[in-house]
Amino acid sequence: MAPILQSSQPWVEKYRPKQVKDVAHQDEVVRVLTNTLETANCPHMLFYGPPGTGKTTTALAIAHQLYGPELYKSRVLELNASDDRGINVVRTKIKDFAAVAVGSGQRQGGYPCPPYKIIILDEADSMTEDAQNALRRTMETYSKVTRFFFICNYISRIIEPLASRCAKFRFKPLSEEIMISRILHICKEEGLNLDAEALSTLSTISQGDLRRAITYLQGAARLFGSSITSKDLISVSGVIPQEVVGALLAACKSGNFDLANKEVNNVIAEGYPVSQMLSQLFEVVVEADDISDEQKARICKRLGAADKCLVDGADEYLQLLDVASNTMRALCNMPQEFSYET
Amino acid sequence: MLWVDKYRPKTLDQVIVHEDAAQNLKKLVSEQDCPHLLFYGPSGSGKKTLVMALLRQMFGSSSEKVKVENKTWKIDAGTRNIDIELTTLSSTHHVEMNPSDVGFQDRYVVQEIIKEMAKNRPIDTKGKKGFKVLVLNEVDKLSREAQHSLRRTMEKYSASCRLILCCNSSSKVTEAIRSRCLNIRINAPTEDQIVKVLEFIAKKEGLQLPAGFAARVAEKSNRSLRRAILSFETCRVQQYPFTINQVISPMDWEEYISEIVSDIMKEQSPKRLFQVRGKLYELLINCIPPEIILKRLLHELLRKLDAELKHEVCHWAAYYEHRMRLGQKAIFHLEAFIAKFMSIYKAFLIATFG
Repeated sequence: MAPILQSSQPWVEKYRPKQVKDVAHQDEVVRVLTNTLETANCPHMLFYGPPGTGKTTTALAIAHQLYGPELYKSRVLELNASDDRGINVVRTKIKDFAAVAVGSGQRQGGYPCPPYKIIILDEADSMTEDAQNALRRTMETYSKVTRFFFICNYISRIIEPLASRCAKFRFKPLSEEIMISRILHICKEEGLNLDAEALSTLSTISQGDLRRAITYLQGAARLFGSSITSKDLISVSGVIPQEVVGALLAACKSGNFDLANKEVNNVIAEGYPVSQMLSQLFEVVVEADDISDEQKARICKRLGAADKCLVDGADEYLQLLDVASNTMRALCNMPQEFSYET
Repeated sequence: MLWVDKYRPKTLDQVIVHEDAAQNLKKLVSEQDCPHLLFYGPSGSGKKTLVMALLRQMFGSSSEKVKVENKTWKIDAGTRNIDIELTTLSSTHHVEMNPSDVGFQDRYVVQEIIKEMAKNRPIDTKGKKGFKVLVLNEVDKLSREAQHSLRRTMEKYSASCRLILCCNSSSKVTEAIRSRCLNIRINAPTEDQIVKVLEFIAKKEGLQLPAGFAARVAEKSNRSLRRAILSFETCRVQQYPFTINQVISPMDWEEYISEIVSDIMKEQSPKRLFQVRGKLYELLINCIPPEIILKRLLHELLRKLDAELKHEVCHWAAYYEHRMRLGQKAIFHLEAFIAKFMSIYKAFLIATFG
C-alpha cells in the first residue's frame, strides 16, 4: 500500500498522545499507569467513560511504552467492534493468543518489556454476553502470561464476573479549559485561526468529546480554509442552529397546528437530521424555566418513544410531527388523552 | 432528452442552487485529494448533481463516460457460497452503485467491491490520483452490519479509494460512519431558487414565461427541484404559450389519494373500507411506496380536518407508519390507519352533531 498522504491523515491520529503522561485530565489513571511502567506490574484493567475521553489512547500508549515498537506486534492483540468478535473468536483467536507464553522480562532497548502479553478489547460493551462469559475462565487460566484491557462506554453492559476481575477506571468528560488548550495546541501546529467565539462553540457542540472536536476542526479547516468562524463549525458538525429549534418550539407554544406543521416541513426540507433535532429539543425543553415539570415529563416521554421509532427506521417527518403535536398539547394544556378514541 | 437531464449542471461552476456548497467543494478538491464525503438532504435537492459535478472537477471529462455493468460476485461466506448480482455504473475513475438493492446481503457487496477496487488501482502517467471513487447511494437503507463493516473497510483502504455517500436522512447512518466523513448538508432549494432555475430554463428554451407562473409551479413542487422541472415540462407539453392560471396537473397517484380521502370522509363503514382496500392495492401494485401513500393521506387529511382532530390523526399516522416498518405487509397497516381514522371521525361527528 502506498504511503498515506500527510494531508489525508486524520488529525485525531496525528495528535493522539503517544505517552501515558500526556493524556489530559485523567489524573488517577495516569498515576496508576506510571506506576505500572516503573514496576512493570499491572492488573487487568477496565476503562469506561464517554467517547472521546482518551480510553483507547491510554491503552495504546501504555502498550507502546511497555514494549516499544519492536515487540509490540507480538505482544499486543487489539480487537475492536468491527472485527468479528463472536464466541468463536473468543474460543480460538483470543485463547490461542493468550495461551502462548513469553520470555521472562528483560529490558530491551529501554522498554520495560514485562513477561506478559496484553489483549486490548475495544468497545467491549458490544460483545455478546456469551462471548463475555466465555472469556471468564480464559482470563483466569492465563493470568500469568496475559493481561486484558477492556474498553467500553457503558460499564453496565459488561457482565459482573468480568468487571470484578478488573481494576476499574472511570474516564471523566474533558473540562472546557483542557479541551480549549488541546485545540489551541493543534491550531498552532496546523496554522489555523480561531476566535474566542468559535472556540467556545467548538467545546459546546462537542460536549466533552475531544475526538469529535478535532474531527469537526479538521472538517472545517478543509472546507473553509485556515480562518474558521463558529458558523463554519456548526455547519460541519451537523448541529442544528438554535434558531431552528427555537422556531419549532415557538410554533408549538402558539397552539396552532398548521404553524407547527409548516415548521416541521421546513426542518425536513432543510435536511436536518431528526434524531439530532430530538436531542436538541430535549435539551431546550429540560432547561426551560417557563415549562412546568409535568409538561416536561409529558414532552420527554414522547421524545423517548419517537427516538426508538426512528431507530426502528420509521419516517422522520411523521415522527417529528407527532412530537410537535404532543409538545403542543403539553404546552397549551390540552388533554393528553384523545377524546375520540374508542 | 428530459429537461431535468438536459439542464443538469455539468461542472461545479454552473451550479445555480447550491453555489456555496459547490464553491466549498471546489476548494476541497483543489489539492487533488479529498476526504470521505457524506451528502445528506431531502430528495430532489441536488445531491447527485453535486456529486457528478464534483467527480468531473476531480477527474475531468473522462468521468462522464460511464458504462452500465451487471456484475455478479461470487462470495465465500464461510459455510456457503453466495452469488450476488448488482448493477453498477462505472467510469475509469469511479464506480457508482446502490448496495441496498441486494437486501440483507449488502455487507458482502460493500466489502467485496471495495477490496476489488483496492486491488486494481489506477495509476496514471504522472503517478498521481492513485485512488478511485466509490459512490454509494441510499446508505441510510444499508443494514447495520453493512454499515459496521463499511467503517473498518473505509479506514483500511483509505489510501486507494474514497467514498462518497449519499442519503436522505443522516440519522439512519451510524455515528461511526458519520464521524469518519466530512458531512455536507444539502437543503432543499427554496421556492425563490426554484423560480430562478425555471426562469433560466425558459430563457434557454426560448419560452415566454408569464409572471407568477413559475412561482406557482415552484409552490406545487414541495421544494423539490426535480419535481418542479418535470411538471414545468409537462405544462409545456400540455399547453403553450403559458397562461397565468393554467392548471398545473398533480401527479396521478396524488389525485387518486385525494379521492380516497374524500371517500373516507363521506362515509365511515366497513363497506367503504372494503372499497378503499381496492384503491390502496391499486396504488401499491403501481409501486408507490406505502410510506409515501400514508404521508400523502395524512397531508390530505390535515388540510380538511378540524384543528382538534389533527393531533389525533397525526399521532396515529406516526404510530401505523412505525408498525409498518416493523411488520411485513404494508396493506394491513394502511388499512388499519384508515379504519382508525374512520372510527375517530365517526365519534367526532356523533359528538358534534349528535
